[in-house]
Amino acid sequence: MTEFFSVLTDNWQLFRDGFTMTVQLFLISAVGSLLLGTLLGAFRVSPVPALRWFGAAYVNLVRNTPLTLVFAFLVFAVPKLDVNLDYPQAAFTALTVYTAAFICEVVRSGINTVAPGQAEAARALGMTFPQVLGQIVLPQALRAMVPPLVSVEVAMLKNTTVAAGFSVLEAGAIPAYMAERGEPQFYVLLWITIGFLILISPLVFLQRTLERKWAVAR
Amino acid sequence: MTGEALIVLENVNKWFGPLHVLQDVDLSVARGEVVVVIGPSGSGKSTLCRAINRLEPIDSGTIVFDGRVLPAEGRGLAKLRSEVGMVFQSFNLFAHKSILQNVMLGPVKVLKQKPAEVRDRAMALLERVGIANQAEKYPAQLSGGQQQRVAIARALAMQPKALLFDEPTSALDPEMVGEVLEVMTSLAREGMTMVVVTHEMGFAKHAADRVVFMADGQLVEQATPEEFFANPQSDRAKDFLSKILTH
Repeated sequence: MTEFFSVLTDNWQLFRDGFTMTVQLFLISAVGSLLLGTLLGAFRVSPVPALRWFGAAYVNLVRNTPLTLVFAFLVFAVPKLDVNLDYPQAAFTALTVYTAAFICEVVRSGINTVAPGQAEAARALGMTFPQVLGQIVLPQALRAMVPPLVSVEVAMLKNTTVAAGFSVLEAGAIPAYMAERGEPQFYVLLWITIGFLILISPLVFLQRTLERKWAVAR
Repeated sequence: MTGEALIVLENVNKWFGPLHVLQDVDLSVARGEVVVVIGPSGSGKSTLCRAINRLEPIDSGTIVFDGRVLPAEGRGLAKLRSEVGMVFQSFNLFAHKSILQNVMLGPVKVLKQKPAEVRDRAMALLERVGIANQAEKYPAQLSGGQQQRVAIARALAMQPKALLFDEPTSALDPEMVGEVLEVMTSLAREGMTMVVVTHEMGFAKHAADRVVFMADGQLVEQATPEEFFANPQSDRAKDFLSKILTH
């Protein structure tokens, strides 16, 4: 048992640095993917055919591409276009671009839960498309979107570990370092699992809170 | 009614797939006129009503509102819609907003008027339709008749040039129809331009300036209510009236 704890305490700096990067990756990519995904979701229901087409093409392309390929593209191919991204920047971008495709679909299915008459009444008042969406449709869609949104962001939090394969020191990279140091892998993996559970629990809590809050508000 | 035309439809056609729901429809509504559109289900009355503010796009023909042809999309269309109030069969009050917010939203967000001023006007309108004491409630807490009266107040808050009613009482329990018709009748008397799609023959008889009878996507005949109900010209209208008036 002492060994279980000493694995953590002896390598505290490594765990701390790794999880700090994981949290950074998560926070930046979560905000980025929510913004980009909502924009793409708006594209998919917009009155402009070109935007609808773009949204659908984006989702079909990105959602069907393995995340490692998206990473590889950003780390190896994009620099060839004279765009300089360091490894963490490439990881933020890859996670944002990839997760946005899933968020887009969550937003779109949320919009579909709102009765069409709501948008019609808003349009009949003379609201523009952004107003209809922002004032009337999305606030009502949010209720239905919360559980799948949290699922997608939890998946993204775990997907941050793919960055370890592309020279980013985050939680997923810890086992490799620890193997070099000769630490017992079983305990290392247990600690990483515990770390992720701790990171994910606020999301679960957030989901419950929002669901309760909006359950009564109607 | 001989006032200047506010709404003019010329040669309007619309198809739903193979179904020709509006066939060469010509209709002119004068300022201050109350036109009631009646006809059997599926005759295209609702589509006609919804086409006037382009909630239903048309395939050919022109619709002119207040001297301007209906714009296709975008801000021009939004501007025009802000001048035409619409009341729906299913009320369509914004479910996440209070009654007062429902009435205030259009003037504040679309017309960019000051919330404080809009609030006073909104309360006065709610007072007028008899719902001022429910202003802080949400739509789901109101009866159908109350919701529809709020919907009328919401449309009036935009100070529209015309009001469109798409079967405003068809989703209501019978005992609530009267309270909605009462509000509509008083609007008609005050000179509001109205196009009303309805099955309420009583309303057509006492509030309409003109009755338009539609069947199978066509305007079959139009006349004053006295003329139309006493002496319908077409077989379709005679048939329709015999079916509804014998019960």
